[in-house]
Amino acid sequence: MKKTRKTQKNQNKELALKAEKHMKQSKLAIIVSGVSVCILFVCMSIYMVKYSAAHEIEMFDNSYNSYAIRLSREYLRGTIYSGDGEVLAYSEGEEAASQHRVYPYGNMFAHAIGYSTHGRMGVESAANYYLLNYHSGLNNIAHATAESELVTADSVYTTLDTSLQQVAFDSLGVYKGAVIITEVETGRILAMVSKPDFDPNNIDTLWEEFMNDSASTNLLNRVTQGQYPPGSTFKIITTLEYLRENDHSYSGYHFNCGGSFTYDGDTIRCYHGTVHGSIDFATSFAKSCNSSFANMGVSFDRKSFQKTLDGLMFEEELPYDLPSAVSHTAVNEDTDTHNIMQASIGQGQDSISPLHMNMITCAIANKGVLMKPHLLDRVESESGSVVTTFKPEEAGRLMTEEESAQLTELMTEVVKRGTATRLQDDRYTAAGKTGSAEFSSTVKDDSHAWFTGFAPAEDPKIAVTIIIEGAGSGGEYAVPIAKRMFDQYFTVNPVTVDAEE
Amino acid sequence: MNAYLEIYITGLSRYLLGIYLVIFVIFGIITLFRDDDYYNNVVLYSGQNVCMFLFHFTAFLSMCFHTGDMKLMGFYVASQLLMIGIIVVARILYPYTDKLFTNNMCMLMSIGFVILTRLNYNKALKEFFIITISMMLSMGVPFIIRRFKHLHTFKWIYASIGIAILGTVLIAGTVTYGANISYSLGGITFQPSEIVKIVFVFFVAAGFVRARGIGEVLVTASIALVHILILVLSRDLGSALIFGVVYVIMVYVATGNFAYVAISGVVGVVGAAFAYKLFTHVQVRIMAWRDPWSTIDNTGYQITQSLFALSSGSTWGVGLMKGNPLKIPFVEDDFVFSAIVEEMGFVTGIALLGICLISFVRALIMAAGLRSMFYRLLAVGLASAYIFQVFLTVGGGVKFIPLTGVTLPFVSYGGSSALASILLFEVLAGVSLIAGDERDYYEKIDEKDSEDTEESE
Repeated sequence: MKKTRKTQKNQNKELALKAEKHMKQSKLAIIVSGVSVCILFVCMSIYMVKYSAAHEIEMFDNSYNSYAIRLSREYLRGTIYSGDGEVLAYSEGEEAASQHRVYPYGNMFAHAIGYSTHGRMGVESAANYYLLNYHSGLNNIAHATAESELVTADSVYTTLDTSLQQVAFDSLGVYKGAVIITEVETGRILAMVSKPDFDPNNIDTLWEEFMNDSASTNLLNRVTQGQYPPGSTFKIITTLEYLRENDHSYSGYHFNCGGSFTYDGDTIRCYHGTVHGSIDFATSFAKSCNSSFANMGVSFDRKSFQKTLDGLMFEEELPYDLPSAVSHTAVNEDTDTHNIMQASIGQGQDSISPLHMNMITCAIANKGVLMKPHLLDRVESESGSVVTTFKPEEAGRLMTEEESAQLTELMTEVVKRGTATRLQDDRYTAAGKTGSAEFSSTVKDDSHAWFTGFAPAEDPKIAVTIIIEGAGSGGEYAVPIAKRMFDQYFTVNPVTVDAEE
Repeated sequence: MNAYLEIYITGLSRYLLGIYLVIFVIFGIITLFRDDDYYNNVVLYSGQNVCMFLFHFTAFLSMCFHTGDMKLMGFYVASQLLMIGIIVVARILYPYTDKLFTNNMCMLMSIGFVILTRLNYNKALKEFFIITISMMLSMGVPFIIRRFKHLHTFKWIYASIGIAILGTVLIAGTVTYGANISYSLGGITFQPSEIVKIVFVFFVAAGFVRARGIGEVLVTASIALVHILILVLSRDLGSALIFGVVYVIMVYVATGNFAYVAISGVVGVVGAAFAYKLFTHVQVRIMAWRDPWSTIDNTGYQITQSLFALSSGSTWGVGLMKGNPLKIPFVEDDFVFSAIVEEMGFVTGIALLGICLISFVRALIMAAGLRSMFYRLLAVGLASAYIFQVFLTVGGGVKFIPLTGVTLPFVSYGGSSALASILLFEVLAGVSLIAGDERDYYEKIDEKDSEDTEESE
């Protein structure tokens, strides 16, 4: 009797132990489920916040998003200032809903500042988010309401300089073309002019006119979206490729120019048939000898050439916040001799935008590193506090420091004794490359005048890129304009003695 | 003067609303780590009530000033009285239930009243009546749970009720936006699957009362599959997903065996693949989730409008009545969370998720302490059903997962949603009474045991 009681007790104990073990497993299951759900919720919250933050401006500018419209009916659109504090655009009106935009400089900043009705363009597009939001605090709103005044949204300060823009605008005159001036160490765009232009004050009436006239290109920003044959400015790139294929030395190069170069039945002629005679590399570059560069081109390794062009952002989106044209090149593994010769002198199927040419120039001037070109400097609230500052951003290294030094040396020679001698000045040493890009196969004499360069060569501050459509040679037409820009800049910002040493 | 006041009140309220909710959540989290005795936490619970009332008051004041519509203040008083009523009645009828459930429920209702008033005053009014009636209907639930000791024996009754209702809906259901799932009465939609969800949890819990072997798993699994298949055929994929996940978690907790989760995972993936192949509306939703931007004018419209709302809202929101949440189609039902974030910010949104999670975790803690497997499973199942529904609706609205079209419990507009959510919380409150009873019982047994051992020695 006693024994059975004991065995039953043991059995009971066993069962209890088993039950307890099961309870423990069950508890563990509860903990695992609970922790997994908590982790899931944390991930979801992080995703939600991160997605919104990462796409905030992009979503704000989406035309399906009505929030921007709501803001535009509550505040006056913010004011746009130049880097030197001039008002470039402001809004006025009795009520926020019926406000209209005024551009005091009219055509001068047309493409750079753009417009904000009928879609958006330029700074009006890039800074739309900032120009609609408001950060001045409740006191300001209360004060404005009490005075029954309208509240103005945040102001945007651009990097543009009115004096440089004025010179660029005036210099281009009645020609079609484009000018861009950039600070090489920061990527700040100081001037951006495209012609033919328009008066953004009249965009409403002009819009219909332009839309009805398919041939009109007034709204096109030629700086960013113009696609031009690069002409001899491309020789900068051909030179880079030559350096890369020849152990970074050009001292051994020699060419005898008879005014043309023939290879495999194809002939390349020098500009206006000029005979350059017996020349070394620096002279080929300074005098922009087509024959000599075509001669280099045929020796190139296609794959390596293509790699160099890829590294210089051909066939890809440029690091720029507004729409820009993709530059094209005919060079690839299978390019035939004819096209390689054409490409080496920047003719044929190659195309480039002035912005892209300016970027490459900036990289040369900035020890090989490209700073992302930008138009926005900072956002300020109506009460004057800084909301956002746009810091210079590195867009990548386009070439080694050694390569940039060699190119600078060659480009300095162009000013000293080559096609850009008109740029010589006591106050600064400029470096650059001219180009006369033939764009028509029928009219031989017509060419776009190019210049791209920077100054001072010893300690580069700004890079200037100019194209004048159908003007003639770069040396004759583009260089004098570049000179006026450099003169203006260095009159206001004289080269310090330090830099000259 | 009035203009000044309006600007300051509406301007400051967007910060205050978020801050009240964050304090509410912090108090809730602290109670999770303390013994859930009411008198132990009375300060925290009362603090939560203060936050809740301040939130409600500030939100309505701000909306009143913005619209100049004084009838809102009338609604404020009514809804505030309802919340006080719920809290007081719960204290009187069930002094020993877990007050965290009551507080969280009322806080969520308050957020719901605020956002519905902002979106559609008539719907807010309807929701008010729905909640009042639902509260009255479900007032006795904790009592029933505690007194009726045979709830675990009605396994087949639960299964029959559930399948019968879902089957009827499938056969007779009206077509509402691609899913035959809901009825409408006087503008109040009624979706039977929300109520069946609770019955289903009772079924699974009852199915594992006696034993928890492979046999029980197979029986409950086949019945669960019948439920899920009917829901899939009704094109109510959100509910089907909730039933599936709830079942898996309950089996896992019942058996303590992770292998079942793994097997269910495989079955789930295969099922999802089939659903994707078979149903074009599933494909559309998956596409709209992966890249809503390319179909922004069409199938991606809803989700992109929701994303716009979230990004405009940012940290503190644009302020009540200052956003454009009505641009989101069906905002009161499926996208109420996006509307909340747009006008009250991520702080409020994340605090809201915190309230839901705290309710869930509290239910799990309670379940882990229960010795009766039936009530343990009941608590785990209901808590999972609740939190997974929150996950589906919020996750869908923020593009974390594809849209499934389920409501946010206590916050979204909807008749059955409110009733089901209230019932669910009342059952949990009932289980918290059982937990108290069990504690008392085992304390007594322990005392007796120790007396016994003293005697034998």
